[in-house]
Amino acid sequence: MTAAARAVRAISSADAAKPVVEVRNLGKRYGSQVEALRDINLDFPAGQLTSLLGPSGCGKTTLLKIIAGLLPATNGEVFVNGQKVTGPGPERAFVFQDFALLPWATVVRNAAFGLELRGVPVAEREKTARHYIDQVGLSGFENRYPHELSGGMRQRVGLARALAVNADVLLLDEPFSAVDEQNRRKFQEDLLKLRQVENKTLIFVTHSIEEAVYLSDRIVLLSPRPGRVSEVIEPRISRDRSPDQIRRDSAYLDTVETIWRGLRDYAD
Amino acid sequence: MTIAGYRIPPMFSLIFWAIVWEIVGRLGLVFLFPPLSHVVMELGQVLGSGQFLGAALLTLKCFFIGIGIAIAVGVPLGYLMGRSDTADKLLGIWVNLFVSAPLSALVPVIMILFGMGEATIIVTVVLFAVWIIALDTRAGVRDVSPSLLAMAQSFGATRWQTTTKIIFFAALPEILAGIRLGVIRGVKGVVIGQLLVSILGLGELFELYSRNFLMEEFWALTLIVFGFALGAAELIAILERKIDFYAGVRHG
Amino acid sequence: MSVQTNSQIAGGVDAAREGAATTATSGESILLWRLASIVLFCLAWEIAGRIPINVAFPPFSEVVMAFGRIVADGTLPAAFLDTLQPLVIGVFLATAVGIVMGVGMGLREELEWAGVPVFVVMQAAPMAALIPLITFIYGIGLTAKVLSVIILALPVIALNGYKAVRNVSPSLRAMCRSFLGSRRQEIFKVILPDASPMIFAGLRLGISAGFVGVILAELLITPTGIGDLITYHRSIANYSEMYAAIATIILFAAITVGLLERIEIALFRPEKKEHA
Repeated sequence: MTAAARAVRAISSADAAKPVVEVRNLGKRYGSQVEALRDINLDFPAGQLTSLLGPSGCGKTTLLKIIAGLLPATNGEVFVNGQKVTGPGPERAFVFQDFALLPWATVVRNAAFGLELRGVPVAEREKTARHYIDQVGLSGFENRYPHELSGGMRQRVGLARALAVNADVLLLDEPFSAVDEQNRRKFQEDLLKLRQVENKTLIFVTHSIEEAVYLSDRIVLLSPRPGRVSEVIEPRISRDRSPDQIRRDSAYLDTVETIWRGLRDYAD
Repeated sequence: MTIAGYRIPPMFSLIFWAIVWEIVGRLGLVFLFPPLSHVVMELGQVLGSGQFLGAALLTLKCFFIGIGIAIAVGVPLGYLMGRSDTADKLLGIWVNLFVSAPLSALVPVIMILFGMGEATIIVTVVLFAVWIIALDTRAGVRDVSPSLLAMAQSFGATRWQTTTKIIFFAALPEILAGIRLGVIRGVKGVVIGQLLVSILGLGELFELYSRNFLMEEFWALTLIVFGFALGAAELIAILERKIDFYAGVRHG
Repeated sequence: MSVQTNSQIAGGVDAAREGAATTATSGESILLWRLASIVLFCLAWEIAGRIPINVAFPPFSEVVMAFGRIVADGTLPAAFLDTLQPLVIGVFLATAVGIVMGVGMGLREELEWAGVPVFVVMQAAPMAALIPLITFIYGIGLTAKVLSVIILALPVIALNGYKAVRNVSPSLRAMCRSFLGSRRQEIFKVILPDASPMIFAGLRLGISAGFVGVILAELLITPTGIGDLITYHRSIANYSEMYAAIATIILFAAITVGLLERIEIALFRPEKKEHA
């Protein structure tokens, strides 16, 4: 980490936070040949946004899906709030790379789907869903269908659905990779604003260095084949300025540069 | 499926059903099903008979001529529809109509126009197979990546070069898929044609066996026909998988 | 996120409206082209019939008049009723059984193992060869016709149901599990709705195959319905009437299947509706 990145100390709560998600000695193999992850040990502190960053094939999405309980680990374990993960749980909510919206359901029903599965009565779940649809900036679109929305708007629905179930931990799997560049930037800014309202722990998979540095409190760099933790970086960028100022901040630029130097060896 | 940790290939379930058939046949529950073992023993008998040999030769001849004509007509027709919007709009509804219409109803017409002989069966095969070949070819031609066409144009390719060097190969996976479906339909056509004409080839044999309640012979003949149908489709599928190599490169 | 994303939202809606507008104009011209295509076809038929290319090939106009005659004397409507009855019963039974079997094979591995190869063989093989046998066993009544419809319609309906379940988006299934959906909820709230367009498409193909089944049964052995009408008029060399009967049943089948396709798009494909 560069001197500049260390110098800018944010008023972050990092020092006090206790881990919500703990990953212990985690390994994952597909069949007998492919080793996707090896010996991962990580803590994810409460209220922080941690990015999992690395070249394609480093197993970052696999790690996220294991934390979500969507994939079983080959060895090691994951704890959420001290409880061992054996499958999906109510304290975790997933945001999918391809949005995973029901094409036959309106925005409201999609946003309320997590609650619907939990048996929450219609009126109540739609009220909650409408609240979060408004929060992600989609009011007025409640009765539209996913195919009528742009990629960015669809992912906002995915985010509203994850927020509506009121989980402590949001797991985001490359949420902006299918969203075009301008909308991605806007969405990133909105996500930062949203974090000030909702006190969530976010784990964020991305392959964009800029995105990781811009959004994260902590960045976990993974090396490929098998995926291992190669470095953990805390950008320490003050977020109380305008997006443009952040993107011109020397700490921001230096951190991007440092990570790029670490990752360029993996570029093919 | 796995039993006790061993994976049992899907086609093994056909063996399972063969055993069920044998048991049902031995119990004599349904007159329709003699024991499979008897059918299999009858297989040699049927295969060796001169009547079958003649019918098989006639069937193969009509089938291959028919499929040949269907390909020779269907592929250019599909190409034309893929490249020319006017042709597509004029021919589109008819091709789409015939691809899903009960064409068996047309066989009586064919019988009148072409007589009660081989020509009728060949025309039936063509009629069954040609439309799906044309439709798939059209889809393949329409699907050719525009940037490939732009590339050819930018290097000054002539129309003929673009057709033979780009479009044909780019559309080949779809063309072959169409031919495979055409072959399956063609087999149905060659059987249905003979059944309806009923005085020659397999139609005559089927008629003979079922009219005289020779169930074992009937099923033996059916197994042979099914085997031929599946074999023909599988052959094209193998060819298709080879071509899939190109397709992988193209879509990758 | 109080800041509204106005520009982006407006852009999305505009793009959608533009798309709808262009398809609306081309919709009219498509209709015109179809009309032109039909007129050309009839004209070609008329000319070929007048030359004539064959004594058994009447011109289009005579076939139309023959159509009028067989409608007026009631033989065509009666024949239609005779043909449609086994078709409807057979398709109904094949649908009920086929969808249950197809969905079952998609959801359970043992059913997949036992069932799929059989249906694959049935779909690829010329099942029509069995129709004479069926007619000999079950006589020339309704049962034989219904069975003919079923053996031709069932494989495609079952296989489509199977493929439909297999093709359900894995990410939607993962989504349902991650939001704690039970297996029952996964099946009824995600898998079946996502599979229904393809299941319905199978139904359409099944009906198309059912038409073949019933006509073959009527042409081959069972002398009733449209098949009988065709055979009868052929035997007394009333070729115009024969062509009228054939054209009617083919058009009827094509229109039925076409309508089902429309229904399919209207019901299941909101994203395709404006392009229909």
